[in-house]
Amino acid sequence: MTVLVDHDTRVVVQGITGHQGTVHSRQMKEFGTQVVAGVTPGKAGSEVNGIPVFDSVRDAVERTGANASCIFVPAPYAKDALIEAVDAGIRLATVVTEHIPFHDMLVMYHYARSKGARIIGPNCPGIASPGKAKVGIIPNVVFRPGRVGVISRSGTLTYEIVNGIKEHGIGQSTCIGLGGDPVVGTSFVDALPLFEADPETDLIVLVGEIGGTGEEDAAEFIRSHVKKPVVAYIAGRSAPPGKRMGHAGAIITRGRGTAESKTAALERAGAKVARFPYEIPDLVAEIAARQARR
Amino acid sequence: MVKLAEWRGKEVFRKYGIPLPAGRVARSPSEAEAAVRDGGVPLPCVIKAQVLAGGRGKGGAVRFANTPAEARAAAEAILALEFKGEKVKEVLLEAKLPIAKELYVSITLDRARRLPVLITSAQGGVEIESVADAEIERQPIDPFPGLTAYERRRAARSLGLTGGPAKALDALLLALWRTFQQEDAELVEINPLAVVGDGLVALDAKVIIEDDAAFRHPEYAEIRDDRTPLEEIAREKEIAFVQLDGNIGVIANGAGLTMATLDVLKELGGNPGVFLDLGGTDDPKKVTEAFLLMAQAKPAAVFLNIFGGVTKCDTVASGLVEAMKQVPASERFPLVARIRGNNEKEGVEILRSAGITSVPDLRSSAQAAVDAARRAA
Repeated sequence: MTVLVDHDTRVVVQGITGHQGTVHSRQMKEFGTQVVAGVTPGKAGSEVNGIPVFDSVRDAVERTGANASCIFVPAPYAKDALIEAVDAGIRLATVVTEHIPFHDMLVMYHYARSKGARIIGPNCPGIASPGKAKVGIIPNVVFRPGRVGVISRSGTLTYEIVNGIKEHGIGQSTCIGLGGDPVVGTSFVDALPLFEADPETDLIVLVGEIGGTGEEDAAEFIRSHVKKPVVAYIAGRSAPPGKRMGHAGAIITRGRGTAESKTAALERAGAKVARFPYEIPDLVAEIAARQARR
Repeated sequence: MVKLAEWRGKEVFRKYGIPLPAGRVARSPSEAEAAVRDGGVPLPCVIKAQVLAGGRGKGGAVRFANTPAEARAAAEAILALEFKGEKVKEVLLEAKLPIAKELYVSITLDRARRLPVLITSAQGGVEIESVADAEIERQPIDPFPGLTAYERRRAARSLGLTGGPAKALDALLLALWRTFQQEDAELVEINPLAVVGDGLVALDAKVIIEDDAAFRHPEYAEIRDDRTPLEEIAREKEIAFVQLDGNIGVIANGAGLTMATLDVLKELGGNPGVFLDLGGTDDPKKVTEAFLLMAQAKPAAVFLNIFGGVTKCDTVASGLVEAMKQVPASERFPLVARIRGNNEKEGVEILRSAGITSVPDLRSSAQAAVDAARRAA
């Protein structure tokens, strides 16, 4: 196991017969993931990309041994889909669906937690471990296997940054896109200890955004619990206060959650903070070279 | 998010049984006078501008009246105001009550804890941001049991309430919690909550409804946020579009990448004027619409920065090429494109055949956009 996923990960795709479910179940397979089942109520017996479709997650788990779910179910039904997965024994669920009301996500998060299950997302690109498995939608082209762990709140910015690292010839151990919604199943503080404990990760890249205090909390955690080097980047330094920047996570309120406060907190915690995405690969390369000399 | 004006917030509160002063909305001085004369608003009364910005009391947007004529004059003065950039179109007239004490209560989301939080303070009637932390009580609420009786008792104690007002608070907090949950609110706030005689009355109402829950709240669909007309059109097309002060138009996909793009442009001396986040789309038509919308904002230059995931490079390229055919010559703008990621080769090829070069490096492409805007300006 690297972080959360590996060769034993067996994915069920909820909402597999929809457009996104179809496209991404194929890309997950092409990544090398064992995508063992799909679920769309009423479509049992059919196949998508050679993957058998079941009516319920319970059926899928019983027949295929699925142990992780990737949820593409539309927002109004996503809460039910997640609860169904948890009740069927799934303990890792990536929720790709966007626009889930946070009131629903509150129920999803606390329900999952009470059963010992972990949610990644919602509104997130998911998790991928190059050479092992992917549960989510990060484009396969950005990866190469390596020893850099990436934790990000963004979607496409994650792809941009991981791709930039790859183009510098540096590979990744595991990448997690947490999603930028107000309530997330896995936060920076939840993800950091997994990478700190992961023997396959030497260095952590943390990609944050303005809004919320997840990065400040992460900085606090890094200061006391993380020994591995951290390179960080915070998007939104030039964003005008109070303007909504596309999704709920990216709004500045009450003077907290600004790029300045996040950058300062991370620097105090010993992280190297890049000012632009294209500075990240150089900072990573520098640290990697130093680690190699040791 | 949908921020409700005070009177709309109070209509929501009324549905849940939160006690309110007798009141009425007026859109003209004569309506205001009639509200007092025969509309059930008792004298003396208070007349308040229905605007979303705070600080109305100090800004002359709240007045008092003892006679119908005074009510008319007060409404006339307030309706002539532009309060913090917002034209006043409505006033709320309400009975002026004998207030014994002003309190603060709200329920909102604590993102870090991933729980709703009940916030109470005995220092009501002022902005909660200005109240010392020690004077504010915060109780996280677990959504499964909901707001429990002991938590409500604790709130009453923190507010120094006993007897009738304490009993009233118990019912009010339960109603406020139901409002928060059932209306899919981001915030329900009563400030001030007044102790009047043996009971409580909500003198103000701040309710913010979450956008993502719109599918189960069609009743809020017609309430507009403070958007510009172009922002409004974009919202209908589900494109995130925000107008800023500068002259470079930015089209990107995803909030994080969009913000990072703005950061880079700014650093290189550019001044972003509009940004447009395509989000995740597989539909070239949506991309075309986005570009046409961008053209209407009249940017000096446009920087397209796409990292293809769900939104594939070839989808964006086809949509862009189609848009370029439709934009009238007088509205053409210099364009710098950078498309990477899923189906990059196909997308770059589509652009190339239309005479557009994609610059793969972020820094160089952003610099080209800044230079193009400078030349055009």
